[in-house]
Amino acid sequence: MTELADPPLLSARGLVRAFGALQVLRGVTLDVRPGELLAVAGPNGAGKTTLLRLLAGLMRPSAGEVLIRGQRLTRDDPEPRRAIGLLSHHTFLYDDLTAAENLLFAAKLYGLRDGAAATRAALEEVGLSARANTPVRHLSRGLLQRAAIARALLHQPDILLLDEPFTGLDAPSADRFRTVLASQLARGRALILVSHHLAEAWELATHVAVLAGGRWALEGKRPADLTAFHARYAELVHG
Amino acid sequence: MAEFLRLAFAIAGKDIRLELRSRTALLSAIVFSALVLVVFNFARDPTAIAAVDLAPSVLWVTFAFGAVIALNRAFYVERENAALDGILLAPVPRSALYVGKLLANLAFVGVVEAVALPLFVLFFNVSIGHALPGILGVTALATIGFVSVGTIFSAMVVRTRFAELMLPVLLLPFMVPPLVGAVQVTSKLLAGRPLSEMVGWLRLLTLYDIGFVTLCILVFPAVVDE
Repeated sequence: MTELADPPLLSARGLVRAFGALQVLRGVTLDVRPGELLAVAGPNGAGKTTLLRLLAGLMRPSAGEVLIRGQRLTRDDPEPRRAIGLLSHHTFLYDDLTAAENLLFAAKLYGLRDGAAATRAALEEVGLSARANTPVRHLSRGLLQRAAIARALLHQPDILLLDEPFTGLDAPSADRFRTVLASQLARGRALILVSHHLAEAWELATHVAVLAGGRWALEGKRPADLTAFHARYAELVHG
Repeated sequence: MAEFLRLAFAIAGKDIRLELRSRTALLSAIVFSALVLVVFNFARDPTAIAAVDLAPSVLWVTFAFGAVIALNRAFYVERENAALDGILLAPVPRSALYVGKLLANLAFVGVVEAVALPLFVLFFNVSIGHALPGILGVTALATIGFVSVGTIFSAMVVRTRFAELMLPVLLLPFMVPPLVGAVQVTSKLLAGRPLSEMVGWLRLLTLYDIGFVTLCILVFPAVVDE
């Protein structure tokens, strides 16, 4: 992931994260440049979600650092966080507010000038305009995931961190989401996608990595052959 | 500063909107406060202690219990779908989040107090007309004090397993100074005593407010960040 001349939008240097005696991450380093999508695979408990939380600034590393456009991500400076969008296992949505109200609130947090227009655009992008005024608690799992995607995209972040983003999406919605991701890459955004099923975003990925035991077991440009990658993955993870 | 206040008001506005939708915490706090007043009303012996002597303590115990119930919801609403992470992810200073939560909590506790005060007058048959401006003033002073502390404790306990139990255990000791001051001032107000007799207590309440609001704003980032 160091072949291109563009400076990285997102970097991590020697990320270590321990929970008591348990070391979940043991020195993860990465660079993601504009237009790159790093797809990360790994078994349960490999530290994928922890990695995304560290990169998003929701968790502090035990050692190492996260850099956004070369600027260290710290608790005291909120500005670099503006560049990050995170789609997590959790939706970050309030059940008693409608999809539009949730997005409008997020727009205020990000200081968007025209929050209403940004909300409309984000809901349109994920095909949720018709349910904009439905309280979130009444949305199905798939629609909820679309609302969460809209929230993550709302402020047009340069860096998108996606944790199992295809969860709950039906085939047409997944196709639509792949189009959204392609559009984000075309606009020069940097994406990190964590998934157990890399096939869902294989064609979009520019780089792949396998996280096992808190370290990269494999990292590099995406190979052409998914089947061969699966075989290599099984060998690395399951021996 | 304008940006800071805009964010704080956005967070407070969202909390108020959420509460208006569900009404669960506010209604619970109001009903609980009314029940406390009913219990005190029937438990007291009017021939042993005059209502006016007992009234200030009852009023402030009611306000305190109602506030604890209302404060429990402050960060509970952020637990659903990890909504707090959504706020922490945004470029929002942690202190603006605290001030937003504080403003919302002051609004909720203010509503509980606004409902409980007339009920208190009704049950205890105490004439507060002459002392009403003073009572409103001291209520505002004392409420800012214990709600500021309650807001930070609410954030601290929200990730624990027994948040509803932990909040009163942590908060009630910190409520003692403002409650003692408020009871003293309310007693003197109801007895028609001159302002000079209350100045010391009012100073204590003011210092408590300034001290704890400042301290909470400084400490809150460490509490809310992992």
